Amino acid sequence: METQQQKQLVLILARAFASSLSTPTLLADARGYLVFYNEAAEAVVGRRFAETGEMPLDDWIAAFEPRTEDATPIPPEHRPARIAFDERRPSHAQYVATSADGVAREVEVSAFPLFAHTDEFVGIVVIFWRA
Amino acid sequence: MRLKIWGCRGSVATPGPDTTQYGGNTSCVEVMLDDETALVLDAGTGIRALGLDLLDRGTRQIRLFLTHLHLDHLEGLRFFAPLWDERVSLEIWGPRSPVVSLRDRIMRSFSPPLFPLDFRDVPARITFRDLPGEPWLGEGIALHSDLVLHPGPTVGFRLEAGSSSVAYLPDHEPALAGIDAGAPDWISAGALARDADFVLHDAQYSEAEYEAKIGWGHSSVAHAVDFTRAVGARRLVLFHHEPEHSDRELEELEERARELTGDDREPPLLAREGMVLELD
Repeated sequence: METQQQKQLVLILARAFASSLSTPTLLADARGYLVFYNEAAEAVVGRRFAETGEMPLDDWIAAFEPRTEDATPIPPEHRPARIAFDERRPSHAQYVATSADGVAREVEVSAFPLFAHTDEFVGIVVIFWRA
Repeated sequence: MRLKIWGCRGSVATPGPDTTQYGGNTSCVEVMLDDETALVLDAGTGIRALGLDLLDRGTRQIRLFLTHLHLDHLEGLRFFAPLWDERVSLEIWGPRSPVVSLRDRIMRSFSPPLFPLDFRDVPARITFRDLPGEPWLGEGIALHSDLVLHPGPTVGFRLEAGSSSVAYLPDHEPALAGIDAGAPDWISAGALARDADFVLHDAQYSEAEYEAKIGWGHSSVAHAVDFTRAVGARRLVLFHHEPEHSDRELEELEERARELTGDDREPPLLAREGMVLELD
């Protein structure tokens, strides 16, 4: 049976959930690849997910130049998404990011891991809130 | 590979004059093998008659694969005659919950006040195996499982023998997460049913009925047709019939499914007790 392309059920449900939210939300899978972001996120990013496609989450987030209020770049390992992915725990932070329209905005970011029935790590959810 | 349907009713058994043609027993399908073992999918009330038949045939080694433990898929197990025969060896495969093993979940139904006897009283040799996991491989046959969209831990199955394949998805609501033919990897059970010769799929509701029961874990006939087309399966077998539907109403749903399927694909079939599906 060809299973390589099948997404894990928890990710399928998370995608359905995120699709219904008006809060910018993205999903990454257990490989660390961005596999979906919702319409609310598309409005911020300025590109539809279909145009972006799957890509390493770190690369995608780096494009927004996350930094502190005093413009110090935030290294990947200190970003909520990477913490949720690497350490398998929830994380929350506030930082400044530059979105597709070129405007720097303060955002709050919440990220948490997803575990399926037998504690199998299947990916993370990242939610962006305008600060 | 041949499959025989012993029960295809959903939710609760419905004996009576309105259900004689398609049957009132709940889910149970036998995969007919050429050796002296038996492979059974689900333990709805249809398994009672199958059990008697298996003993008549001298079958002593049985593998039972449960999609989930909702009562309509489990209630026949206590009355499965091979269970009460010490010569029988029975493997039960099914989904565990996040915190309770398959064995403990099933044992709950074998204890007072639900049942007068305890699981310790069962004379057959029973072993339990959790799903999903690695495919089960028999002689010339493989059974794959994966979690599917239905309330609680639920799996679907794909059987492969030679170049033939069948998907068994009796309780499944893929529409809840979307049935997008353009993104088949995001469809629940998409890989299980992909390019299958037959898909036995939940088709409990009419389109109008579904609107009032979104999230209950079952599909409309229209969604079953959409799913079959999206995964590229050859033929849909409408399964898990709504208890309120008479034989005549089921035939109306079959007609609707055929209309939705169109003339360019093989027409859907209504599952009925005693039906045998033959694959090359």
